[in-house]
Amino acid sequence: MAERASESVLRFEQVTVCFPDVVALKDVSFSVPAGETRIVFGAAGSGKSVMVKTALGLVKPESGHVFLFQQDITGLSEQELFPTRAKIGVLFQEGGLFDSLTIQENVEYPLLNQIKAAAAHERNGNLETRVREALRFVELEHTLEKFPSELSGGMRRRVGIARAMVTDPPLMLYDSPSAGLDPITANTIMALAVKARDTRNTTSVIVTHRYQDGHLMANFRYNPESGALEPARRGSGIHERTVFMVFGEGSLVFEGTQEELEASTDAYVSKFKGIKELR
Amino acid sequence: MLDLLKTPVLALQDFCVLCGRALRNIVRRPHYFDDIFLQMDIIGFGSLPIVILTGFFSGAVIGLQMTRALQTYGATGQIGPIVAVTLVRELGPVLSSLLIAGRNASGMASEIGSMKVTEQIDAMRALGTDPIQKLITPRVIATTVTLPMLTIIADFVGLVGGFIVAYYLLNLTAGQYWTPAYQILEWNDIAQGLLKPFVFALVISLVGCFYGIRTTGGTQGVGRATTQAVVVASVWIFILNLFITRIFVNV
Ligand SMILES: Nc1ncnc2c1ncn2[C@@H]1O[C@H](COP(=O)(O)OP(=O)(O)OP(=O)(O)O)[C@@H](O)[C@H]1O
Ligand SMILES: [Mg+2]
Repeated sequence: MAERASESVLRFEQVTVCFPDVVALKDVSFSVPAGETRIVFGAAGSGKSVMVKTALGLVKPESGHVFLFQQDITGLSEQELFPTRAKIGVLFQEGGLFDSLTIQENVEYPLLNQIKAAAAHERNGNLETRVREALRFVELEHTLEKFPSELSGGMRRRVGIARAMVTDPPLMLYDSPSAGLDPITANTIMALAVKARDTRNTTSVIVTHRYQDGHLMANFRYNPESGALEPARRGSGIHERTVFMVFGEGSLVFEGTQEELEASTDAYVSKFKGIKELR
Repeated sequence: MLDLLKTPVLALQDFCVLCGRALRNIVRRPHYFDDIFLQMDIIGFGSLPIVILTGFFSGAVIGLQMTRALQTYGATGQIGPIVAVTLVRELGPVLSSLLIAGRNASGMASEIGSMKVTEQIDAMRALGTDPIQKLITPRVIATTVTLPMLTIIADFVGLVGGFIVAYYLLNLTAGQYWTPAYQILEWNDIAQGLLKPFVFALVISLVGCFYGIRTTGGTQGVGRATTQAVVVASVWIFILNLFITRIFVNV
């Protein structure tokens, strides 16, 4: 089991992504082992969202390879990618909720798609239970019948998390889950990420602008009894399994633990270490 | 010079790839019948009032305009055939297609474009749905099925418009108008009258969806995509109309 845990879930190998007028990722290599949490910092336009999309195979790299669950996805066609993508939950920066569908239908969508793919071996009653369960996880069970446009930005973000998590994926990608939200809602959302990590054992990649998000992930754990976050004990491994990355103009300029980030003397990297105690 | 050509050539290449995939998906599973019927309702039924209005007034106006020319030859009895031929061969298909281009190519571009900029298309792909299959193919099918039907309706209503002019202004009887109008139409006319809307429907839906799915640059980009879709679709309608007409008219 210890061996399996260190297997990489997501691996970039010298990935370069180009758009007509910019090079969005330059020779990026990293590997995320199972059970690890990656915190990704970087200035606006540094390629964080492109990295997330490349990891999903939504954007094709110019050169290099992307491995998901040890499978090289670089040359795969859209159809061949679907089974792998089904194992990943993703929260997009812009939300990506379907505005023509209700919250219930939105959260149901990934389930329905997987059922279709697996030739309908799940019953319908089960479906609603799982949708409700996912929405209860983000405390939005009462919005079932509403449309995304009727919810606040923070609520939409939480529905996005519910939709990403409804299939219980082993890998979660969050693109700026707390951006543009008030500190209270932002912390609620980050608490959900901690809760997902600690109750479902998901590997997470979290793109964020806020240092305290990373601090929260690295030093707190979810207490299933009280339903709240509490400081993680030393030796619980949470701190060690949280790795920080900093992107700058498409390159990976820093990769290391929280201590290493704090010790960094690089002018650009230092910009991302912030006040710890702000919670 | 080469750089100037690069963008349009690349765009054309992308367009051809999209066409290929959209059309190939027609025979592939999964089929999204709900989406096809929803689009048919929006494009077909939704456009009915405007198509009927336009058809009626164009028919009436051709009747009126032709009256003067025909009176100089004392041939006002020929009004029926003239209205029938112009409508079935040209005005019915072209006018309905332009209307649908204005109404639905823009709708498709803006709808798909907004989905693109709000990352709904990415989400769809991430959740295992092919956006071409789910969004574009239903629109292509719905447009190609409904546009020929709308054209037939526009042709018929236009003939009624012409009849009203003939009946009230030229004092023709119903028989004097409808019989020659019906007799003049040949298979050739009907064939091009139906081939045109079919081809234009492909152009409208594919161009509308193409500009939608290529949208970049936020809400502003959606506006740009919408305008471009309507302009490009309309221009292609005129160009292709000439070529199709050339096939059917032997000089
Ligand atoms: N679809 C696209 N077409 C062209 N260029 C793109 C596209 N997507 C991203 N880019 C470019 O790639 C670069 C990286 O963008 P990206 O969205 O990854 O930034 P980001 O790090 O997520 O920024 P933010 O923190 O603002 O979300 C930018 O220069 C952007 O303009
Ligand atoms: Mg981003």
